[in-house]
Amino acid sequence: MAETVFAPWDDPDAKPLIRFRNVTKRFGDFTAIDDLTLDIFAQEFFALLGPSGCGKTTMMRMLAGFENPTEGAIELAGQDIAGVPPNKRAVNMMFQSYALFPHLSVWENIAFGLRRESRDKGAISARVEEMLKLTRLEKFAKRKPHQISGGQRQRVALARSLAKAPKLLLLDEPLGALDAKLREATQFELMDIQEKTGTTFVIVTHDQEEAMTVASRVAVMDEGRIMQVATPEHIYEAPQSVYVADFIGDVNIIRGTTKAAGEDRYQINWADGHSPLHAVSNRPFSDGQNCHLAIRPEKVSIHSGQPQADNAVQGKVLDIAYLGNLSTYHVELASGEIIKAQVANTRRISRRDFTWEDPVWISWTETAGVLLDQ
Amino acid sequence: MNRLSPFNVVSLTLGFVFLYVPMLILVIYSFNESKLVTVWAGFSTKWYGELLANDAFLDAAWVTLKVAVLSSTIATILGTMAAYVLVRGGRFFGRTLFSGMIYAPLVMPEVITGLSLLLLFIGIGLDRGVLTIVLAHTTFSMCFVSVVVSSRLMTFDQSLEEAALDLGASPFEAFRLITLPIIAPAVISGWLLAFTLSLDDLVIASFTSGPSATTLPMKIWSSVRLGVSPEINALSTILIGLVTVGVIAASLASKQAALRAKRDEQQAARTA
Repeated sequence: MAETVFAPWDDPDAKPLIRFRNVTKRFGDFTAIDDLTLDIFAQEFFALLGPSGCGKTTMMRMLAGFENPTEGAIELAGQDIAGVPPNKRAVNMMFQSYALFPHLSVWENIAFGLRRESRDKGAISARVEEMLKLTRLEKFAKRKPHQISGGQRQRVALARSLAKAPKLLLLDEPLGALDAKLREATQFELMDIQEKTGTTFVIVTHDQEEAMTVASRVAVMDEGRIMQVATPEHIYEAPQSVYVADFIGDVNIIRGTTKAAGEDRYQINWADGHSPLHAVSNRPFSDGQNCHLAIRPEKVSIHSGQPQADNAVQGKVLDIAYLGNLSTYHVELASGEIIKAQVANTRRISRRDFTWEDPVWISWTETAGVLLDQ
Repeated sequence: MNRLSPFNVVSLTLGFVFLYVPMLILVIYSFNESKLVTVWAGFSTKWYGELLANDAFLDAAWVTLKVAVLSSTIATILGTMAAYVLVRGGRFFGRTLFSGMIYAPLVMPEVITGLSLLLLFIGIGLDRGVLTIVLAHTTFSMCFVSVVVSSRLMTFDQSLEEAALDLGASPFEAFRLITLPIIAPAVISGWLLAFTLSLDDLVIASFTSGPSATTLPMKIWSSVRLGVSPEINALSTILIGLVTVGVIAASLASKQAALRAKRDEQQAARTA
C-alpha cells in the first residue's frame, strides 16, 4: 500500500489556509517585510527561519493581528483578515516570554481564553482538564506560574494557546528559554501535539536545527524577503542561493567560472594551475559565467593517497575539530582555500589516520555539490 | 557583623534625637495634667476626654477624612487612566507635552496651585466648601498617582496584554482582568499617597475651603495661633499612633509577601 505523503504544497488544487499576497510592512522608513508572497497549508508545521531583524516576528505579529500590513493582503481560510482585531481571530499565539498571567493559577491561565467565549462552566472545566492531560500538567493545576519550572511554564503557555482549538497556532521562539536537553525533548513533544491536534503550527525561530527538526516546510528569510521555501531536506540538499546554503548548516563554497561539459554537466575553473572541478546541475549556466559550488563537509572524503574520484584536490590538514561523534578536518589547499571535510569517528581516537600538517587528498563526487549562480 | 564605631554611634544617636525627641516630648505632654503646655503637673488622660467632647475638632476630623477618601479615590481613577494613556497610548499628537505637564504640579508651589484654584472657583461661581476642597485635592494628588502608576506600567510586560487580546479578551477586559490586578500594588500605593497628601494639606485647603468646611490641619493651625492647648497634643499623639501602626502593618505585610515569594520559588526549584 502506497502511503500518501503530506505535501499539499505540491498539489495545485490545494487551498492554502494562509495566504500572504504581496505583503509589505513598513515602520517609518524601515521596511520590515518587502513584497512577500507565501502560502501555508492546513495542518502544516511551518517554520520561519532567519537571523534577528529579518522580519519573521513581524510576519507572526501580522498573523496574530498586532500589526497590519502597509500594503498587500493576508488571507486566512480565504478571508482577508486585515483590520480584524486580535481578539476576533481564530488564531492563537504562544509568546516568546510565555506571557503567563502571574496572578492566575495554571488552571485559570488555561481557562482564560475559554471563559471569554463561553459561560458553560462544565465545558470549560472539561476542556482545561483535557489540555492539562495533553501537556502532562495535572499535578500543577493549582500552582501559580512562579511556582513551577521553566519547562512547565512553557507547557502551560502551549496548553493555554491550544485550549481554544485555534485554526492556526503561532509559536514565537517557543523553546528559546529552555536548556539544550529539554529543548530537544520539547521539540518532539511539540510535533507530537501538533499531530494529535491537527492544528496548523507556524513557528518562528533563529535556530536552524530546531526548524529542521520540527517543520514540514521551512522558509528562510533575510531582510524582509523569503529566500527559499521548501522541506528541510530540500533546503539542506538543494539550496537555491549561497545565502540559504550558508545559513543552514556548514558548507564549503568554491568560486569559479563554468564551462559546459555535456548535458547538465559543467567544468568549473576555480584556480589557476588546478585542474577543473566537475559538477552536475539542473540549473543552466552559460560558458564563463561566475558560479559558486556549495559542498557540505560530510560529502567530502579525505584520503592519504590520490583517490579515483570525479573531483580530487590535494592539501594539508590545518585544523581538526573533534566533536565526539564526528571530526571536521580543515584542509588548506595549495590555492589557499580551506575546505572542511567531515568524517564520522567510527574508530577510536588513537587509531586516527590523519593529524595536523599531514598532506592529504580530499574528494567528492560530481553530484555532491550544488552549483549556484548567486 | 561589624561592631559600630564610636563615630557611627554618635551620628546614629544624633539622627534619632533630632527626628524623634520633638515627637516624644509632644506625646509626653499630651498626658500632662496641667493646662500649661510647658509645665508638668502629673499624669492624666483628661485631654483625650476633652478632645472627644470637642465637636469642632471632631467635625474637622470628619471633613478631613471625607475629603481625603473622596479626593484620593477620584485622583486614583483619573491618575491611573492618565498613566495608562501616556505609557500605552502609542505616539499621539502632544504626548511629550502631556507627559511633561503631568509633572508640573509636583514642583509647583502649593500657594500658586491654591491661589489659581481659588480664582477658578470664584470665576465659575462655585460655592466653596467640601466639594471645592475635594476638587482641589484631586487636582494636585492626581499627578502623584499618575507618576507612581506610570513607573509601574513602564516595567509591565506588554505581551501579557497582547496574550489576553489574543485569547479573545476585549481591550477593556484585558485591562480589567490582567493589567489592573497586576499593577494593583502601584495603584494602591498611589491611593495611599494621595490620601496622606490630602490628610496633611493645609495651604491648598485654606485657599479653597469656605466657611462651611474646615479640615483638621486648618483647625489645628488656627487653634495653635491662639496658643497651644494640651488638646492639640492629644490629637497629635493619636495621629502619630495611627501613622506608626499603619507603617508597621505595611512593612510587616510586605515582609510576609517577600517571604512567601521566596518559599514559592524554592518550591518551584525543588519540583523542577
